[in-house]
Amino acid sequence: MHKLLTNSPGEKMLLLGNEAIARGAIEAGVAFGTTYPGTPSSEIALNLFQVSHESDLYFEYSTNEKVALEVAAAAANSGVRSFCMMKHVGLNVAADPLMTLAYVGVKAGLVILTADDPSLFSSQNEQDNRYYGKLSGLPVLEPSSVEEAKDMFISALTLSETLGRPVIFRTTTRINHSSAFVTLGPILPRNPRGDFKKDPFNLVTVPAISRKLHVRLLESWEKARSLAETSPHNFVEGDGKWGIACSGVSYNYVSDAVRELGIADRTRILRLGFTHPAPPDLVKTFLSGCDTVLVAEEGEPFLEETLKAFAQEAGLTLPISGKGKDRFSRLYELDPATVRGVIAACFGVENRAGKKMPDLSDVPEIPQRPPNLCAGCSHRATYYVVKKAAEGMDTIYPSDIGCYTLGFMPPLSMGDFVLCMGASVSTACGFSKATDKKVIAFIGDSTFFHSGLTGLVNAVYNNHNFTLVILDNGTTAMTGHQPNPGVDMQALNLQGYGRVSIEAVVRAMGVPHVAVISPYKVKKSIETVKEALDFKGVSVVIAQEMCTLYAKTLKQLKVRAFKVTDKCKNHRNCITEIGCPAFYLDGDKVRIDADVCVGCAVCAQICPENAITPVK
Amino acid sequence: MKPTRLIIVAVGGQGNLLASKVLGEAALLSGVPVRMSEIHGMAQRGGVVESAIVFGDAKSTIISDGEADILVGFEPSETLRALNKCNAETIVITNTAPLPPFTVAIGQGVYPDLDQIKSLILSKTKRLIALDATSLAKASGSVMSTNIVLLGALIGTGRLPIPKEKMETAIRTKTKSAFVEANLSAFQRGYDVAMAGE
Repeated sequence: MHKLLTNSPGEKMLLLGNEAIARGAIEAGVAFGTTYPGTPSSEIALNLFQVSHESDLYFEYSTNEKVALEVAAAAANSGVRSFCMMKHVGLNVAADPLMTLAYVGVKAGLVILTADDPSLFSSQNEQDNRYYGKLSGLPVLEPSSVEEAKDMFISALTLSETLGRPVIFRTTTRINHSSAFVTLGPILPRNPRGDFKKDPFNLVTVPAISRKLHVRLLESWEKARSLAETSPHNFVEGDGKWGIACSGVSYNYVSDAVRELGIADRTRILRLGFTHPAPPDLVKTFLSGCDTVLVAEEGEPFLEETLKAFAQEAGLTLPISGKGKDRFSRLYELDPATVRGVIAACFGVENRAGKKMPDLSDVPEIPQRPPNLCAGCSHRATYYVVKKAAEGMDTIYPSDIGCYTLGFMPPLSMGDFVLCMGASVSTACGFSKATDKKVIAFIGDSTFFHSGLTGLVNAVYNNHNFTLVILDNGTTAMTGHQPNPGVDMQALNLQGYGRVSIEAVVRAMGVPHVAVISPYKVKKSIETVKEALDFKGVSVVIAQEMCTLYAKTLKQLKVRAFKVTDKCKNHRNCITEIGCPAFYLDGDKVRIDADVCVGCAVCAQICPENAITPVK
Repeated sequence: MKPTRLIIVAVGGQGNLLASKVLGEAALLSGVPVRMSEIHGMAQRGGVVESAIVFGDAKSTIISDGEADILVGFEPSETLRALNKCNAETIVITNTAPLPPFTVAIGQGVYPDLDQIKSLILSKTKRLIALDATSLAKASGSVMSTNIVLLGALIGTGRLPIPKEKMETAIRTKTKSAFVEANLSAFQRGYDVAMAGE
């Protein structure tokens, strides 16, 4: 049995934040889950996907976040408790349904989780999705700890049913990827089958109806605001004159700092967990008890602006600060020492709690260890092939979101422009029209299904001139090998799924030149790619080879390691052109680590001396 | 309980996350509050994995620069890179078996000299336990137990509020059954190194 289905209330379990959230969903009776994988949210989905195989929970990997939210919106409007989870930038993709679903509402609870990523540990930006609460008029809940995340999820689902609206549950990486002991609660029964009752004059959002629905959304917002006044997730600690307002993980740093600085008797902490709409009475009472207030929050001055607005309404003139010089930065995540330092500076107390980092000026430069494409990664082979095929051409390489983004690093240096999921194809349209360069775009299989399709239709329709290389490694690799519509689910022993052929889709779109390569066959692939590059118009090359890491996991990889023989004359093309991490230098000699090499044989094909051969 | 702050740094694939999990379970068995956080987004792609583990009464799950009481490095150059987390009172445990990053092979940087790494760490912290955990793991039956050797040395310092037996119970219940014997032997070897004083 999956550990998250353990039905023993009171038991303590060491859980990752994402596991705690998944457990919260199970305890809350969620019967319907949808997602598109994205770090740092991925393990929530992974756990619920596993749970769905041994329970009546329905869970799907949808093709993108917009689809995921629409699928969940229908379930919730059929009276089935639902949960839709994604990373922060995924909510941009789902923003279209979000804004109008806020008008329409739900019949059973729907929680929409956005996993924000301050410090950009694995994202292309660090946007603060609390603003989606203001934009949509929906409530926002933010846990401060792993334990609270589980319990707050249940509150979020209840709140959603009380208001008849979706609720936004906002986490940050340090909630998703922290672990702590969590006490299990009882599991509510799931009701996976619902019913849809026709009600077009409330559910069909033509202008006349939406005008009426917007009125109700604002009424619901007022109701949410009054519920926030008494929510157990909003509280004040202490009765000092120094006010500190915080939410999310900042609360932990504030609590620790106040204790370490020994100023608990002088401070008053406002912790908001139900952060939007913020409770005016609670906040104004807090403000009126303080001489000065510091707002400790990561990202944008979301709470700070709210507090300043409430102070104005209440006619309070006390100083309120948060972001700015000698205060907090809008950049990156906060940490305990930074918060302690700003609190000490703001209230003029001595900061003796911190310990000093040693002088590191005599430490030599340590070679960097950037993430790299794995040994034998098929993307490396494809990049090499395309680079060779495009030799002599003046190129632009728009790329996309996935492991293959790492191809922009030397020595491959394949990747010139990256925005967001699917943008490789659409920016290729623009680059090819606006410049005279040869445009070659890269996109992964899962990303192609996510949002590459529409860009490619645009290219065919508007008759653009570029080559799209689809890197089909048979999985959604970067986020932990989730399936996608191109994957043969039966091979994974998962029944009841269809399968979409990338080649058939591309041909059906009317792409005039389509080719398929096996990138480990270097010479043949270069010839095929050359033909595609020479084609005037839209051409697509599909590079098919299973992700080596995934093949290893599935025990489908037959490793046959290679070695560098005495024939080596130190041209070093293997290192300088493909940069596979299986290579290392032994003094002046190039060697292959047989424990790392998977035997893709790409290096053996490019060695000018044929000096690389199988070990046995 | 006063907080004790531990940082573990490793290269992706060295078993840092399992080590953290074993420590967490042992803390649960010992009735010690624990919170941890990890950054593992790109770990499988050969990057650095850093875990922060806070034992005792604290709410924070991350550790600021200069504030680690103990640093455990699974790879010597990564231990050196993490010195910013240490202070003059920090105990450092490092594996001495290097895993040079690929950047060295393509001529971007030079791998630091091992003796220099050790003397630099020693000059800036309170105590250094440097051991070839990779060889000790191999001698225990599996190179996969390198992480457990280092956990042994960590517990051998006596700096954590976790008894040795609780760690051994956690190793029995949280590591793969085929590896339990090798892991227990690896744990003892690391423990002995720390107890012997070097």
